[in-house]
Amino acid sequence: MSTEATEKKAPVIKFLAGNEACMEGALAAGCRFFAGYPISPSSEIAEKMSGRLPKLGGKFIQMEDEIASMGAIIGASLAGAKTMTATSGPGFSLMQENIGYAMMAEVPCVVINVMRGGPSTGNPTGPSQSDVMQCRWGTHGDHPAIVLSPNSIREAFDTTVQCFNFAEQFRTCVVLAMDEIVAHMREKIVIPAKEDIKIVNRKKPSLKPGDPYKPYEADASLIPPMMNFGEGFRYHVTGLDHDATGFPSGAPDNQEILHRRLVDKVERHKEELFLFENHRTEDAEVLVVAYGSTSRSAKRAVEEARAQGINAGLFRPITLFPIPEKQIAQAASHAKKVVVPEMNLGQYRLEVERILGPAVPVVGVHRVNGEPIAPSLILSAIVGG
Amino acid sequence: MSMDYFQYLRKERMPHIWCPGCGHGTIMKSILRALDKLKWAKDDVVVVSGIGCSSRTPGYLDFNTLHTTHGRALAFAQGVKVANPKLKVIVISGDGDAMAIGGNHFIHACRRNLDITLIVFNNNIYGMTGGQASPTTFTGSKGTTAPYGAIEQPFDVCNMAQASGATFVARALDIDAVAMDRVILSALQNTGFSVVDAWSQCTTYFGRQNKWGDASEMMDRYKGMTYNVRLAEKMSPEEKAGKYPVGLLFQTSRPEWCEEYGKLIERVSK
Repeated sequence: MSTEATEKKAPVIKFLAGNEACMEGALAAGCRFFAGYPISPSSEIAEKMSGRLPKLGGKFIQMEDEIASMGAIIGASLAGAKTMTATSGPGFSLMQENIGYAMMAEVPCVVINVMRGGPSTGNPTGPSQSDVMQCRWGTHGDHPAIVLSPNSIREAFDTTVQCFNFAEQFRTCVVLAMDEIVAHMREKIVIPAKEDIKIVNRKKPSLKPGDPYKPYEADASLIPPMMNFGEGFRYHVTGLDHDATGFPSGAPDNQEILHRRLVDKVERHKEELFLFENHRTEDAEVLVVAYGSTSRSAKRAVEEARAQGINAGLFRPITLFPIPEKQIAQAASHAKKVVVPEMNLGQYRLEVERILGPAVPVVGVHRVNGEPIAPSLILSAIVGG
Repeated sequence: MSMDYFQYLRKERMPHIWCPGCGHGTIMKSILRALDKLKWAKDDVVVVSGIGCSSRTPGYLDFNTLHTTHGRALAFAQGVKVANPKLKVIVISGDGDAMAIGGNHFIHACRRNLDITLIVFNNNIYGMTGGQASPTTFTGSKGTTAPYGAIEQPFDVCNMAQASGATFVARALDIDAVAMDRVILSALQNTGFSVVDAWSQCTTYFGRQNKWGDASEMMDRYKGMTYNVRLAEKMSPEEKAGKYPVGLLFQTSRPEWCEEYGKLIERVSK
């Protein structure tokens, strides 16, 4: 299939929806295993994967539910594949236990969460950003979280590649939080040539056959190198508290070391994870903080405010978690007001308020009616007292 | 029986967590005797489990071992097998793990027919959490959540497996290790999804609550509740009524998932 974009040496121009771009990004990143369960509005990812993966020698399996999909991608990753699943709110809720397992057992994998309205069955085909905090805190226990959110089709491709790179680098489950608008809108996309796409693969320990292998022994990076099952280094993987050998250990010291390392391995490297866009923030007296499709409305509102003589600017986190706190504070350094539009009732706004403190008023523009937030609504908040 | 078990065990993980009188160790040794006959390279074997007393088994075994979440062992195991079909995948699960929380995964794994062997360490109770009734607790038997006796009908693991599409179905009792060796070896040799319903006694919780006595009394009682399937033809319906057949109950040949997917890859990637 030499005509497939992911195999091309030269850039390819296509007209794709976000879900399709996501799939192209995954294949370009080296994803060769997908397990999934149908759910709107993410199903196209599974559908396209079922057609494309076998052509590349990869594997697609439709599971009986999202719990099984998540389990299957963890198992496949341990067997050496780069793996992904895609879902939406209700399915994402079902995946949470095994997402925690992937974080605890440090198994690289990627989950695409196409956000629809919730809670419960909610609005299956309408857009939403109401899973933002589920992406951060969905599974139980303290845990690291890496969550990206694209606002365009090209960015859906790029951030999916990034999700795989971060998952492999940090040995964890990485989530792409894409709202339904980005998932279903179509745009022209230039898919970069294969050699222009940076690919990260999991770091392997340098061991000779017979050498002892401690699967959770980390160096100063706090990220342990990883052998796959079947490569000659038999080891144990568990979701229980464990020590560097991988075997269960309930010793208080071990638990403390493990849980701190799991969080610190991301925290310590967070500057490498921050993807964001500053748009006219240098002199912004009114700062808008927006992500996903909402940021497109926000950019328009900022331009209209500028036309009215208001120094408005937009800070757009692409990496939602870990939060680019310093970057948000920097963008808000001249701000007398901050506006946070979201298709939820203020999940990220709480974080912005926490970061900026009481000195700067933070105004939320929130819609949970299944419709995008129009630029005029954001403009009113920028202009309004 | 003079084989060296320690070549397959992680000595440093001993002693195991199982109670005196528990049958799980007997089943584990039966698995090791079967593997010793097969001579599979240890590096190629992956043993996957869920949560519970039985699911602690992989931690003691010197293979690639994966102790997953409650009920989800088969989901993880199918991911391992699909990603690398060269690996020999064995799943160890309990009756609560496989038949309650993992029931959906169980029936679909049977239907898919990947080359995986599932051994259900069936002791009719949730042992690790303190003796609650499980989906295989017999009607009338007590558990800490069925203090007046279970009013529900138990699952028959083998009937479920066969009806769902497993290509090898057998039952064995820990009192008869020779028969257990035979069916576990055959299960591992079957190319497809194999299920062994391996009965084990939980003296600590099931035995005590139901006043079924010590391990040997419980084993005798299980023997009395079952019959050898090879004698079934000579037995009257009355003799078999309410009893469970033991031995190889069902075997058939059906396309294996990974082989079929391999053909699909060949077909579409031309």
